[in-house]
Amino acid sequence: MKQNNRGLWSFLNRDVYLTRLVGLMIIWLIFMAIFRFDRFYTPISFQTMAAQFPEFGLMSLGIMLCMITGGIDLSVVGVANFASISSALLLKEMAYENGVLPVYAIPAAMIFGMIVGGLAGAMNGVLISKVKIPPILATLGSLELFTGIAIVLTRGKAVSDIPIRYAETIAGRLFGVIPMQLVFFVLMAVILQFLLTRTTYGTKIYMLGTNITAAKFSGLNTDLLLIKTYMLSGICAAMGGLIMLANYNSARADYGTVYTLQCILIVVLGGVNPAGGKGRLGGVVLAICVLQMLSSGLNRFPQISSFYIPLIWGGVLILVMVLNYFTENKKIRESSNDSNTKKSA
Amino acid sequence: MDQEAFPGGIHFAQKGSDTVMAQSLLKAVDVKKSFAGVNALKGINLEIYPGEIHCLAGENGCGKSTLIKVISGVYTPTSGHIEMGGKSYNKITPIEAIMNGVQVIYQDFSIFPNLSVMENLAFNSELADKRKLVNKKRMRQIAQDAIAKINFDVDLDEKVGALSVANKQLVAICRALMFNAKLIIMDEPTTALTRKEVNALFQIILDLKAQGIAILFVSHKLDEVFEISERFTIMRSGELVATGNTAELDDKKFTYYMTGREIEDLTFTPENVSEEPVLEVQNLKLDGYFDNINFSLKRGEILSITGLLGSGRTELALTLFGMRKADGGTIRIDGKDVILNAPDKAIENGIGYVPEDRLTEGLFLPRSIGDNAVIAEIDKLAGKLGLLADKTRRDEGERLIRRLSVATPDANNACNTLSGGNQQRVVLAKWLAIDLKVLILNGPTVGVDIGSKRDIHEILHNLAKEGLGIIIISDDLPEILANSSDILIMRGGEITASLKPSETNVAELSGYMM
Repeated sequence: MKQNNRGLWSFLNRDVYLTRLVGLMIIWLIFMAIFRFDRFYTPISFQTMAAQFPEFGLMSLGIMLCMITGGIDLSVVGVANFASISSALLLKEMAYENGVLPVYAIPAAMIFGMIVGGLAGAMNGVLISKVKIPPILATLGSLELFTGIAIVLTRGKAVSDIPIRYAETIAGRLFGVIPMQLVFFVLMAVILQFLLTRTTYGTKIYMLGTNITAAKFSGLNTDLLLIKTYMLSGICAAMGGLIMLANYNSARADYGTVYTLQCILIVVLGGVNPAGGKGRLGGVVLAICVLQMLSSGLNRFPQISSFYIPLIWGGVLILVMVLNYFTENKKIRESSNDSNTKKSA
Repeated sequence: MDQEAFPGGIHFAQKGSDTVMAQSLLKAVDVKKSFAGVNALKGINLEIYPGEIHCLAGENGCGKSTLIKVISGVYTPTSGHIEMGGKSYNKITPIEAIMNGVQVIYQDFSIFPNLSVMENLAFNSELADKRKLVNKKRMRQIAQDAIAKINFDVDLDEKVGALSVANKQLVAICRALMFNAKLIIMDEPTTALTRKEVNALFQIILDLKAQGIAILFVSHKLDEVFEISERFTIMRSGELVATGNTAELDDKKFTYYMTGREIEDLTFTPENVSEEPVLEVQNLKLDGYFDNINFSLKRGEILSITGLLGSGRTELALTLFGMRKADGGTIRIDGKDVILNAPDKAIENGIGYVPEDRLTEGLFLPRSIGDNAVIAEIDKLAGKLGLLADKTRRDEGERLIRRLSVATPDANNACNTLSGGNQQRVVLAKWLAIDLKVLILNGPTVGVDIGSKRDIHEILHNLAKEGLGIIIISDDLPEILANSSDILIMRGGEITASLKPSETNVAELSGYMM
């Protein structure tokens, strides 16, 4: 028992970002328990949160991968809407006269959406690796491009009247308890965690993000690695889009536009180094949960107008950045002390 | 009480003799500096006289740079004081140092690459005069005066970023001279220069001396110390080991002071040379860089390729490693034609490459030493689907760093905790992991201290004996002479001579290079 505790403590100590996020979450949970226990601690409230955060959570996971390679993906929302509109149109196409979907329609539409997302991401990857456009510009351009295609496809209107079966399935509950959206998010997070820690692909993208020249000189196929990474990001974004499609039961070119910056902030908050080479999936997942709890929790205070939410949001982020700055400096001091004791030993 | 704990090692008797020992220009007295408990300087006494060329030598990490920064006011010493211009300072600010005529030319030259030569030169005086408006005519005049001082011929409107390293350095020197410099400190000024440029730099140093300006020349290269300096100071792990007139110094003593151990010279004698060549290059051509390159390499041989910067030697190495695609000619490995159009193709064919700049091209500094060592063979370590267990990776990393005896307590430590020599071993370890036939090393011992340099040479000799074909690209001529079985000299993209090290010498080699 005691050992178990110690293990947890040393684990938290090893990663200050995780520790801080866990601390923030606990403080917030206690705060909510004191002031809004009956309205926050209900199964419904948690189910709602778990149905909502996979939208931007999945996009954040994609951005995380790109940021580990030292890049960024600003096009996630564009890719998500493009993919969800494509799938929505396909669903409507596949539906019978009476609006009923054939059995294969939902998997087919989802796979189609993910293929669209993957191709869009691969295009980003090609622009970045082969044409050598800086990631921030390449993906900013493709964000506009995909949004533009989505607007043209829909003439700027929402795609609605989607067979209800889709929303019922994807926005439904597994065993009547667990939101399906959460299942998709967890599935993707597990796959990515596996890729990052258990495969050569993971090691390679961390190395690539640390020093791309050295990666080339070590014989890594850096172009292919970048294309794969942006493709994965596109697939993640497409899944986010498919969940939005289910949550709103419609698709539109300008859904979720606030997510772009939110996702980047989450990823940085989760301890991923924007310069590349560093970052863990665990931190990002935690950051996603913390922010969802903060915003849902704030909704439980009707007297706090929604005008205040960006203010609180930004305040928390800046605070964490400032804390990061101080802990980084502390770490540098400690490591120089360490090397000193090692030398004298 | 501990003040005398480091009496400053061996001091040579300082007989005034030929140089007139006037009052010293700068005197550092018992300077100590520690960072978070690390003693970088342990009581240094240094005296510099007007118009002398003083060489400050020492291996990497011995505290040379810290000392310079203390003298120029960047760091505040923990204890001790500095005497300059008749005043004693416990704490000197950069401005005070400049006022006293101290100018430092750092390795990166601290210039603005996207501004023109004229702007770079005139900028400081514009700032000093607190001018708000820019007067191009006045700036041009200032710049012209500055370059005239050392007869430096350069286009004032050229962007500094587009200049050669040597010219950038001259811009930095000109700028230093604009402040009535009495002492110019040059931090390893010859690192990125070719021999010809080094000669030009030395001429300028002599001119400056004639104008009464003292030079503190920081270097760890033995030949340069002998060639240019009148007096020397050698440091080792934060202590002053020896100081005196260069005339009283010889190779053996120098090496001993630098490393604290006697180092014998190694000479390579090929053993176990294979019958058939492992690598054959015929009529190899890369447009704009080299043409008509022919040579062959057998297992067990070390082939050195030398030449000035721009002779095509680096491009040739990069082409053999697949970083650049040849425009013509054939490359044969073990008698089979191969096409090398990407590094992974070269690696597949058993060619490894140790790049010129270890820090930016060879290593992933913040990553673990183990990861750095296994990266080239990572696909082989993994199973079919690219699955790689953490333990396999760690064990392999551990094995590789043991094999090259990298000095580290733990393979999980970040690579930037290692010294230069050990970092170079990690780069070598990376290639030993895979089944290599030919290893190409570009400047294998640049920036590596004398002790590690010898160790690296020994490793290379052993690898050759084990049947590896080795190509060394280097402009360190003594290194080439001692460590190769054949020498090729490149000039203007062509091989101009092929020599045996036993039949040639440094003078002949540099003759072919020019």
